[in-house]
Order: sequence, then structure tokens, then C-alpha cells
Amino acid sequence: MSPRKNKPLKLENLKHFNWEVAEASVFQRHYLLLLVLVLVVLFIYSLRLWHLQVVQGAKYRYQSENNRIRLEDIPAPRGIIFDRNGIPLVENRPAYHLQIIREDVQDLSQTLQELARLTGRNVEDFLDVLEANKHLPKFVPIRLAADLDRDSLARVEAQRVRLPGVVIHLEPKREYRFNKTAAHLIGYLSEITESELKSEHYEGYVMGEDIGKFGVEGAFEKYLHGKRGGRQVEVDAVGRRRRVLDEVLPISGRNVWLTIDIELQKAAEACLEGRVGAIVAIDTNSGAVLALASNPVFDQEKFIRGLKRDEWQALSKDPTHPLLNRAIGAAYPPGSVYKPFVALAALKEGLISTETSIGCPGYFPFGNRRYRCWRDRGHGAMDLESAIIQSCDVYFYQTGMRLGVDRIAQYANYFGLGERTGIGLHGEHPGLIPTSSWKRRATGVPWQKGETLSIAIGQGFNLTTPLQITLAYSAIANGGKLWQPFVVKRIEGNGPAMVDEIKPRLRRRIPIDDRHFQLVQKGLLGVVEDSRGTAKAIKQKSVAIAGKTGTAQVVGMAEGVNRKLLEKIARHKERDHAWFVGYAPAGEPQIAVGALVEHGGHGSSAAAPLVQKVILSYLGIEADEPSKK
Amino acid sequence: MDRRLVENFDWPIVGVLLAIICIGLMSIYSALYPQIQANPAHNLFIKQLLWLAVGFTVLFCSLLVDYQVLKRLSLWLYLLVLISLVAVLFIGKEVNGARRWLEIGGFQFQPSEFMKIAIVLQLASYFSSKDVQPYPGVRKLILPALMIIAPTVLILAEPDLGTAIVILCISGTLVLFMGIRWRYLLLSAVAILPMIYPVWEHVLKPYQKKRILILLRPDLDPLGAGYHIRQSKIAIGSGMFGGKGFLNGTQNKLHFLPEKHTDFIFSVWAEEWGFVGCVILLVLVAALIALAFRVARRSKDRFGSLVVVGMASLILWQALINIGMVIGLLPVVGITLPFVSYGGSSIISLCLAIGLIENVSMRRFVFQNR
Repeated sequence: MSPRKNKPLKLENLKHFNWEVAEASVFQRHYLLLLVLVLVVLFIYSLRLWHLQVVQGAKYRYQSENNRIRLEDIPAPRGIIFDRNGIPLVENRPAYHLQIIREDVQDLSQTLQELARLTGRNVEDFLDVLEANKHLPKFVPIRLAADLDRDSLARVEAQRVRLPGVVIHLEPKREYRFNKTAAHLIGYLSEITESELKSEHYEGYVMGEDIGKFGVEGAFEKYLHGKRGGRQVEVDAVGRRRRVLDEVLPISGRNVWLTIDIELQKAAEACLEGRVGAIVAIDTNSGAVLALASNPVFDQEKFIRGLKRDEWQALSKDPTHPLLNRAIGAAYPPGSVYKPFVALAALKEGLISTETSIGCPGYFPFGNRRYRCWRDRGHGAMDLESAIIQSCDVYFYQTGMRLGVDRIAQYANYFGLGERTGIGLHGEHPGLIPTSSWKRRATGVPWQKGETLSIAIGQGFNLTTPLQITLAYSAIANGGKLWQPFVVKRIEGNGPAMVDEIKPRLRRRIPIDDRHFQLVQKGLLGVVEDSRGTAKAIKQKSVAIAGKTGTAQVVGMAEGVNRKLLEKIARHKERDHAWFVGYAPAGEPQIAVGALVEHGGHGSSAAAPLVQKVILSYLGIEADEPSKK
Repeated sequence: MDRRLVENFDWPIVGVLLAIICIGLMSIYSALYPQIQANPAHNLFIKQLLWLAVGFTVLFCSLLVDYQVLKRLSLWLYLLVLISLVAVLFIGKEVNGARRWLEIGGFQFQPSEFMKIAIVLQLASYFSSKDVQPYPGVRKLILPALMIIAPTVLILAEPDLGTAIVILCISGTLVLFMGIRWRYLLLSAVAILPMIYPVWEHVLKPYQKKRILILLRPDLDPLGAGYHIRQSKIAIGSGMFGGKGFLNGTQNKLHFLPEKHTDFIFSVWAEEWGFVGCVILLVLVAALIALAFRVARRSKDRFGSLVVVGMASLILWQALINIGMVIGLLPVVGITLPFVSYGGSSIISLCLAIGLIENVSMRRFVFQNR
């Protein structure tokens, strides 16, 4: 669009003319050019329309009258979840839904009656469903009944030729092979909500899809879910498929291999039968979680069937909180299982040695109070080893005083206490390891020295999850390697090439000397092996188990549990929480196991036998005859 | 009131406009017919009539003030809309992953819709200042370039590709209309073309590339855009030469909901009125543009001409892009067909555009023979 005479128009040249004559003449050509451009484009459009409507019109007219094009949905099967040995825990089974496309139906009421007869359901229910979905376009399939049983399916399928508009829709559904086992770890699915649909996290999801909400199903949703496909199909007047025009195949979700051993998991859950609590088993050489049990459990199949409103209310209002994964999501005062960490801190700081001897008269006078030992008669002269073996409170009061609260906290933090372990599951509780500055921030009151005494024996503000404690014990057992726990060891795609192995990750090497670890390990072995050990009842001839009992005062009950409700319903449950954490074989440890029983009473009687059973189950050793003592 | 104001009102433009609106109402009624029957309370046809009433009120009001006022106000209008474009990114209502709507006192509107008007006024005002001549030099083009880029980037961020393209087309038309020297065009082509490959390879993420590819080749997305285009072609083609007749289209059964009364309204018209109907609509569009250009040519000043050209191109480009997309010649970007598609915000900005064209037409008498 350059000026005709290549001379740029200058103000000087123009000022002699008025606007109409000079400038308008420049623009005159531009109007013309634009108009010609518009006409050319519109002419091209007319040619295109001529082609579509006149040249090919008959073809399209035929298509519009005789065939209709629909979108069909092809759901993607979710990835399978295996245990560490390749035993499938969660699979997919086909579910057949009865659907109806109203547009294709010839006689609606007759069709519905026929369907009701064939499936043994009520016509009224069908009508309710149709009424609820009447705003949908008539070609959209509406689900009359979900998950038909085999017989109904066969009957409907046999009659389908006579029933235009009736469609059987196949969809893979979750099947929990070991329903209620490892329920918290595996998790459940539920239908995607509207707000989730809008979030970036679930881009590409559609209405009505199930998504993992909890446990591995939730945390590994990205891998398990896959991507749904669809196809454009041409159907005839009664809805029969003529041909597939275009297809996008679904991509199945990737399979996930857990680190847990389903047999061990079952053994752990059997131990918890009838109790409220948790058991965690860890591979001390990798941090792989071998079992993660929490009781009470919930029924995963119920979520797949679709939880009814009252079922959901019953679940969420249950005072025992079946949906809470106590192994990672609830924190309890550690009680005496905390003592080895205090001992290691004091050893490393040089505040005690094997020579240190502290007399226990059954109490420790501090200020104008007497802090009692659990054994009223006292333990007499205690050294480190015997203090651990007999769990002498007075020895640890003294040691704790020498360390002070902040140094205890520093070492507890080395062991990963007071922070999330990074297991990668939803709802992990960080626990709490108090420091003096924390207290001032949280309560506004400065730290009281007497509180250090409670802290030293694992009471007071201390809160730990069973997983944290078990990992910390695994670190004692293996000489200072704190692992990042993991529950998935392998994610495999559809081909052999697409396998991602998850490698163990060391969180930190704890800066404590080997000889200090050895001293404490010796004490922990004595807890079971020594004749005065607090857990001598679980001693086995064939395998050396080391560990520590704990009895946590119920005053500091688990955080995250509605305490009032719990207390109201279970008055008798004012007993203490029972802990036992151990590892085996003591010389060259393979497995660390922690057990917590809410209101179980003493750790030695309520928790230690559970750990023993799990360890024996893992090592494949029969328990000694109980009759001989 | 000056009698010449009424005398110079361009009645043919209103006549053509009414004809196009009639086509729109018939198509919307037909597209929504089954829905209106199923649920008479939710009648979008009545709603469209109400929007048109509001639109014509706006049109009338925009005649009352001399458009010369806009020359001084345009910068402030432009900045106001620009600020609301920034605001919409933060406090806008999110619908389907895009923030386009701003809500003020229970009233919702799309700032990008008003940017179409504001950018025309602002560019017209800038290009009509005394020190800018036709075929402006590079220094006179820097400011307009910034004026165009700022809203385009903001609208792209919403994201609303369709409106951003329309803004670029409208402003481009105005710049070309002012005259642009060939060497500038060549220079910018030389500067931009070598950038395309590295940007494509290294800047765009795979999903962004995929979206652009789908835009160009809808068949890559058989469950989305490809499906829409296929249905649209069947609907248009099945209209054949004479169409199936009013309310006889079968597109209601076809699944290009929910856009059949908005983006794909042309295919409804094409199915029921055939090739004849389509050509009538295209002729009406051409007539509207030609009539608008006549107003521009007769305008008493450069500002008036530029405003009219800008407003006409606003209508023109949306029509061309929408029809091109529906008949499968252009990528599927969400742009409605002016005065035909259902939608409130667009009707008001379009009526405002027509109002301004008429405004210029009415006030051309200063240079006429008295």
C-alpha cells in the first residue's frame, strides 16, 4: 500500500488542501482495497458453501437423515496394585451398567417395564433416574442400573435386539482382592467432585470419573489413573453402530508394586484384631515399609459400590475413627520408647558413660516435688544398660536434666522425630518434639525445668507417630542410617521398557558414634533377653529380638483423635497407651517393627507380643512352646 | 435539535442490521427450540430479545453525544478498560479454566469485549492527531504498537485466543488503513519469521504445541474440535441449495452442544435455509461493510473516518473468522457471529459500534453545502 507516486506525503504538501481533497484521496484507495479484500474472502466462502451444500449436499443430507454421529467413551483401566512379591492386591473387574438412550427408544414405558422384569428392579426407580436426568439431551445415555449381576446381564443381552435404545456399558471397576486388608495403605476411590474437576491437578478428567482419594490410590493417582479414550461412531436410526469414524484409544494406568508383604500385613492386622492401634514394619536396610497396619479398618468395596449417605455419616462419626491411618496420621506420646534417644544424646555429648551409675530410690526430688519412677520400690544403682533394660525413670530424669530440653530435641530431630517422614501418603502427622523456644511461641509461657523431666521419659508435649518411632529404631539398629520410608517400590507401564524402580533414599546419617549405638543396642537386646528385662516374656530361642517397651500416659492422648467423644463412649479406656518397638535379628537386623495399642495398658504385655509375632512371621520362624518358662 | 442530524442518519445501515438480526433470532429460536419446549422457564430466546433491547438503547444513547468528545476521552477509556483487563486476571470469575468475566454489582461483563471498542477509539485518536500523517514513519508507529500489544497480551493470558486475534485484526486494519510502507512490512516479516522455529521448538511446552496443532488440524482431536467441525459440516451440507426449512433442521439432535446457539449458529442457519440463505447472509455482511465505508468516506475529518473503519472492521473480522471456522476453512477459535450468535456482552459492544458509525454519519454536515 505505498503511495502511488512513491513520494511520501508530507505535511507541507498537504496543508494547501483541505481534508476532503487531499487526505481523503489517499484513503480512497484504501477503502477500495479493503472492500475488494472483503469481497474476495466472501467469494471464497461462497465457493466453499457451494461445494458443501450443492456439490456434496446430497451426501451430507443423507448422513444427517440416516445416520447420526455420536461420541462414545472408552474408560481406561486403572493400574493394578501388587504387593512386593507380585501378588495382586487391587485389580479391575468388568462392571456392566444398564443404560438407555431415550432418542432410540420406541416405547419408553414398555421398554422400562421389560427391563424391570429382566433385572428384577422397580420401574419407579428407573423413572426416578430418568426424571433426574431429563434436562440432558435425548441422545445422551442415562444409566438406569449400575453393575448388573451375571444373570440380569444375560437376560438383558438376550432381549436387546427387541429393545432399541438399551445399551450395556462396560466399565472396569476396582476389585480389592484382600478387602479390608491394608485398607488405609491402599486407600479408596470416589467420584471426582466439581471443584476437583476445575482444578489444574485434574486436567483432562471428566464428570463421573473415579479418582483415588486416600492411601496409595490417592498418592499415586497420577500413575494409576491412565487416560480415557473415546470414539466417534456413526449409528443408524435405532442406535446400532454403523462404523467407527475416529478413535482415540485409552491409555491404561500404570501398575504399582508396593513394598509391603501381604502375608506380613495380614499377620500384623490379625495382631490388632479387637484393638485400636497400629503396627509398622520397616526393612532396616532400605526403609521399605513391609507392613503398615491400622485398626479399626474400613470396607473399601463400600466406596466402590458408592457409599450411601448414612454409611458415610456412620463412618465419619465413628468414635474409633476407622478412616484414620493411625500408623502415620495419629501422634502419641512415645513414653519409654523415647529413652534410648535420650541415652544416645547423653553418650554423644559425653554427659554419661558406661561408668555412670545413678541410684534409684523410686523417685527423683526436684524443686518441692518428687518425680516418681514407675517402680515404687526403686531400682537401686543403675548404669546405662540396666536403666534401659529395666526402663528406670530416675536414671533418665537425671540424664535429661544434664542434657536440657533443647539438646534432647536436637537429637530427637536427628532421628526424624517431630517432622514428617516423607512417606508420600496423604495425612501424615508431623508429631511434636518440644523445645524451649517452641513453648514460648506456642503458649507464651517460658519452659519449666520440671518439664524436662517429663520429656526425658517421653511424656509431656512429646508426640510421635508409630512410623516415626519405628524408623528411628531402624536407625538405631543399623547404626545411624535414617531412611526415607517408601511404600511403592516399582511403577511399571504397559511395556517392559517402562519400569521405574524406586530406590531407597537415605534421609541422613545420624552423627552419633558406632560405639554409642552399640551400647544402646546392647541395652535393647537386654530388654528381651535379660531376666530383668521389661519384655523378657517375648524372648525366643531361635532369634534374638531387641526392643523397648513404652507405656504412655493417657493424659497426653493421641492428637487428632476426638478425645472428648472417645472418653464419653469408653470410660473404661482410661488405661495407658502401650508401645513396643523392636528389631531383629539383633546382630544383623533385617526388620524393625513398632506397635502401638491405644489404651492397651502396659507395653510389655499389650504391645510386645504383637511385635514378636510380626517379626517371627517375617523371618518365617515358629514361636517357642509357650508352656515352658 | 439540528435537523441535519436526523437527515444524515444512515437508514440503510439500520435496515441491513435489522435483517441480520432477524436471521440471528430465527436461528437462535430454531437452535433452542427443543430446549425451550422442554423447559419454557429457561428461555434464552426471550433473553436474547432483552439483550437486543438493551443493545438498541445503547445504540441510541451513543448517538446523542458528538463523537469529537471521544477523541479527548479515548485515552482514559482505553486505560480504564486496560486496568479492568488486568483486574480480570486476578479477581475475574473462572469459567472452564479461563478468567474472562468481571462482576461489578451483580452485573457481569467481559472487559475484552469493550477493549475492541476502546482500542479503535484510541488508535483513531492517535492517528488523527496533527503530527501523524498517512504512511507514518517508524517513530510514529512505536506508540500504537505498544497500545496494541498490551491488551493483546492481557487477553491471551486469560486465556482468550479468539478475542486476542480479533483485537489484532482490528488494530491491524487501522494501521494498514493509515498506510504502512512496504519496507516496514518486509522488515517486520524478516524479524519475525526466523523467530517462529526456535519459539516452537524451545519455548512452547508440548501441551501448548498440541493445542496449536489441533487449532490448525481439528482432526487431531476427534473427540473435541474435530467432532464439532464434522457435525457442523454435516449440518451445513445437508441444507443443500434451498435448505430444509424453518425449524426443520435436525441439528438439534446432533451433539454440538453447547455452542450451537453461540459459536456455531451459522450452521443452524445454513442447514435450514441452504445455500440461498447463506449467500443472503454473506451479501448482508458485505452490504453492511460497504455502507459503513461510505460513511467513512463522507466523514468530515480523519478521526471520524478512522472510527468508522475501525468499528466496521470489528464487525467484519468477527463475521469472517466465525463463518470461516464454521465452514471448516479456519481454525476453531471461540468467536461469535455478530448480531446472529446468542450473547449479551457482544451485542452491547456491537450496538455501540453501529451507534458510533451512525454518530459519525450524522455529524458530517460541517463540510457539506449548507
